[in-house]
Amino acid sequence: MNNQRRNVLKTGTGAAVLGALAAAGMIPNVALAAWNKAAFEAKSMADTLKALGAVQPADSSDVQVTGPDIAENGAVVPVGVDSKIAGTTMVAILIDKNPNALAASFMLPAGTEANVQTRVKMGQTSNVYALVKAGDKFYMATKEIKVTLGGCGG
Amino acid sequence: MSTKPMRIRASVKDGVTEVKALIAHEMETGQRKDANGAVIPAWFITELTATHNGKPVLVSEFGTAVSKNPYLAFRFKGGAAGDKIAISWKDNKGESRTDEAAIA
Repeated sequence: MNNQRRNVLKTGTGAAVLGALAAAGMIPNVALAAWNKAAFEAKSMADTLKALGAVQPADSSDVQVTGPDIAENGAVVPVGVDSKIAGTTMVAILIDKNPNALAASFMLPAGTEANVQTRVKMGQTSNVYALVKAGDKFYMATKEIKVTLGGCGG
Repeated sequence: MSTKPMRIRASVKDGVTEVKALIAHEMETGQRKDANGAVIPAWFITELTATHNGKPVLVSEFGTAVSKNPYLAFRFKGGAAGDKIAISWKDNKGESRTDEAAIA
């Protein structure tokens, strides 16, 4: 029995070391386990929000979804989230009508601005939600993006 | 399968560093079918971390809905010309890759 390993795992510092190693890409398995499978595999918006721990996020005008009104190609839709709420620590992009609502989530360490842009796939015209966490509270904003050509197979 | 390098560009202005990255990855959703009707298995980046001189500035998790060859842009406070920006990702097949760039 490898007692040392158990002791390391038990202590808080052990967890911190593991976290650091995982961040450095040294322990792929641990890191993969950290991926929020439940949230990414949730089908509906409600399930996704639950898996993310976001209970009844408040609509906020300080959060903005940026993106085109009409996307010609659903395979590449530029989407961004901009939050003016101080202390935003997490930003997630959710697409209502996609097979799995959650597209991506971003943890923002202190100093990183709550302004992230990426590109997502959209199966069809849908509301795109930005979910933002600041402190213990969740906020949300939405924007409808029309898709002329679906991005999920076909 | 070997992976292609990602393109990272970082520039600092008024104390804020803007990082733009273009990552080469298939990002297969697992919902498409090939010509024979067989489902193409999902293959996508699950985790991506960006660091500035070794300190994380963005930790993200991706689902299958992120587009092929993902693009990412974000800003953080601090950073100086010549500082190192490193981005590493890991996909659901366990492959990973890290690339570095200096802030211009």
